[in-house]
Amino acid sequence: MILDSKVPGGPLAEKWDRHRFACKLINPANKRKFDIIVVGAGLAGASASASLAELGYNVKTFCLQDSPRRGHSIAAQGGINAAKNYQNDGDSIFRLFYDTIKGGDFRAREANVYRLAQVSNNIIDQCVAQGVPFAREYGGQLANRSFGGAQVSRTFYARGQTGQQLLLGAYSALMRQVKKGKVEMLSRREMLDVVVIDGQARGIVTRNMLSGAIETHAAHAVVLATGGYGNVYFLSTNAMGSNVTAAWRAYKRGACFANPCFVQIHPTCIPVHGTYQSKLTLMSESLRNDGRVLVPKNPGDRRPPAEIPENERDYYLENKYPSFGNLVPRDVASRNAKEQCDQGKGVGSTGLAVYLDFSEAINRDGSGVITQKYGNLFHMYEKITAANPMHEPMMIFPAVHYTMGGLWVDYNLMSTIPGLFVLGEANFSDHGANRLGASALMQGLADGYFVIPYTIGNYLATISSSPQDASHQAFKQVADEAAAKIGKLLDIKGKKTVDEIHRELGLLMWDSCGMARNEAGLQQALAKIPAIREEFWQNVAIPGSGLELNQSLERAGRVADFLEFAELMVIDALSRKESCGCHFREESQTEENEAKRDDENYAHVSVWEYNGDNNSPEFHKEPLTFENVQPSQRSYK
Amino acid sequence: MSDIHLTLKIWRQEGPDAPGRLQTYASGPISTDMSFLEMLDVLNERLTGEGEEPVAFDHDCREGICGMCGAVVNGHPHGPEKETTLCQLHMRHFKDGDTLVIEPFRARAFRIEKDLVVDRSGLDKMITAGGFVSVNTGGAPDANAIPIPQKNAEEAMDAAACIGCGACVAACPNASAMLFVAAKVSHLSLLPQGHPERARRALDMVREMDELGFGNCSNERECEAACPKGISIRNIARLNREFLKAAILSDED
Repeated sequence: MILDSKVPGGPLAEKWDRHRFACKLINPANKRKFDIIVVGAGLAGASASASLAELGYNVKTFCLQDSPRRGHSIAAQGGINAAKNYQNDGDSIFRLFYDTIKGGDFRAREANVYRLAQVSNNIIDQCVAQGVPFAREYGGQLANRSFGGAQVSRTFYARGQTGQQLLLGAYSALMRQVKKGKVEMLSRREMLDVVVIDGQARGIVTRNMLSGAIETHAAHAVVLATGGYGNVYFLSTNAMGSNVTAAWRAYKRGACFANPCFVQIHPTCIPVHGTYQSKLTLMSESLRNDGRVLVPKNPGDRRPPAEIPENERDYYLENKYPSFGNLVPRDVASRNAKEQCDQGKGVGSTGLAVYLDFSEAINRDGSGVITQKYGNLFHMYEKITAANPMHEPMMIFPAVHYTMGGLWVDYNLMSTIPGLFVLGEANFSDHGANRLGASALMQGLADGYFVIPYTIGNYLATISSSPQDASHQAFKQVADEAAAKIGKLLDIKGKKTVDEIHRELGLLMWDSCGMARNEAGLQQALAKIPAIREEFWQNVAIPGSGLELNQSLERAGRVADFLEFAELMVIDALSRKESCGCHFREESQTEENEAKRDDENYAHVSVWEYNGDNNSPEFHKEPLTFENVQPSQRSYK
Repeated sequence: MSDIHLTLKIWRQEGPDAPGRLQTYASGPISTDMSFLEMLDVLNERLTGEGEEPVAFDHDCREGICGMCGAVVNGHPHGPEKETTLCQLHMRHFKDGDTLVIEPFRARAFRIEKDLVVDRSGLDKMITAGGFVSVNTGGAPDANAIPIPQKNAEEAMDAAACIGCGACVAACPNASAMLFVAAKVSHLSLLPQGHPERARRALDMVREMDELGFGNCSNERECEAACPKGISIRNIARLNREFLKAAILSDED
């Protein structure tokens, strides 16, 4: 297979304009002849659905939840980046591009990242026009805050609920199209497979989560906006329903998977406190604007934070990285927290936590200002931990948060299956080996509002507009396979619950393919995963039937896919023997224990092609060339 | 951290047309650091092990923002803690030996799908009726072109914080969705972007609410007390003004 990224020629700043001009158009009267399926209704899915319907396409949108207003984009707290330079602090499209590609440790495509920076400004304009209530200054102008990995203030926010407000904006645009009859919204549907006919994506198979009915849906193109796979670790900051199933089934139908081992571990989450724990809660990175990360200087110091005198506190990020201080990128902050805890300086009952202290900011700005900025985050923290960060430092620890890896897509966001497009966190394209804060919302909306509306037309113009229906036998065959798999799961009638097995997989992945990875650990994981998978297929207990609302069955289907997918992650982590961004191979570090890239051998995207259940996946490389930035050892000192 | 033991009386109903009943379970040891949903997880793990069907309940983000979870606990939608979703309610607020009656959000417009899962699609339908600004993608003016006073932006945000969980409907003796509709109408009428359609929006959303079978507002204030996001009933006053102005003064019908 030859991977053609289809990056247009010409200078970086002109590529997108040139490409938009080169894209074939479909005239308005013909657009209504094309049907498009969008799977997922988070930021990417909702914005794509609305924008495509506005253009005149017939859109069918699917989501797992009872309403399209609940995609996990809603939980993003901190903000969304844009190169508006409203602060006059030296920001520009090129700087946002540069920060993003550097933050990603030079493992993303230049052209994609530049386009992202270019459309970032349109996103803010669009959202304001929809009525998104961004934070404002007294004069009525939009407010900005700073985020990790950048030295300019370019992050727009709506309190600590930016993701919610942006999603509700996209959702309102989507519902407006539902009213117009241009979008058919199908909630409580889980995509079980994609249907490929003559090498082109032609539809999907879904399960109606209320009735259990297996349904088929045909279209001229399929757009996946199904989010990330962080729940492979069991514990993550993802929503409980977030899963890899749609992406994984697409992979098994011929869509290549890129960089699956690139997983972001977010530094500021509430630490784990018990075995019953179902998920981890993130505390926005924006807290690092005013909070100071610290541990006691002496290992084993168990005094309460208030009793640790100033000269016995180690503000390790400020000491080690004087120019970025507490605002180093997420991967650097996470690794340093782990390092402190490994040295015995961790705090809290488990020793797996560090402090984030706001006392200096409260003394400087007053409690009113801090409450206005972070009140809802402090409130949430207090609900979970019963401690108030206004009076004592927060305790934080890194947790799985975002997956930079995803289905491989070209510049048009099309996967290796023609007609199958992938947007948002589900694709791999823009964040390289580490995503900067406030960039996920930007990418989801860039893909949905401003990229796919152009590039999908370029594909549709090459295919026939004759009506699609699900009568082709391929639909029946794929639906039968999906039903058979459900039947097989229900027939196991074993002893272990889905969560027990999922937790076991998660722990293994966290230990061996988490914040630090090494050859021996990864090899061990590779040996253990098939055994857990075997146990699952022999011994999982799923009560109830397939023809009803059955949440155990839903989870079982997702965990079955995680159990296959985990192996690909480990294979990918093994094959990348360099460290880069979030991917820290202990064998490859600088003398100062920073991630050491190997540009000579690994300046590529690792792309995996499914090759049958019993064979190793086929490995392909998409080389990364840098014409506009010089890859350097990242330094935040 | 300590463990407590509770008696759980949980509404079990196999499907929309099946009869439902309260079933009693002993919780077993429950850590006070658990969230309410984690307590249900623990019960469900045990039921699954015993070959019984676990209790179906909606949930997703477990961070109090997606609005998917919700049940009535001892008569309180989302439980007894103020401004707290069920997923953010922690077991330290209960005492050893307590009995908890756990029921679905009940309303004429919310059909029970199974156990604690209800159909809240009526909320989406009211947004579809008019809870948006009619602007297509592309061509929006610069975001700073229209200054918006900070106070208005903040007030709009107060209303926009609604998570669409339906607790207000479940709490209302009339099963009215006034607070939900009011939050959206307020959010958009406080911002200049929402002005061109404000009359149309108020009329359409209220009409849709009536048609879906939600009840009327009789100023019980139960919605405000139950709202996990602290949405104020001042928004209902604003909705009433918007509706009246639209009905009397505008030429919309």
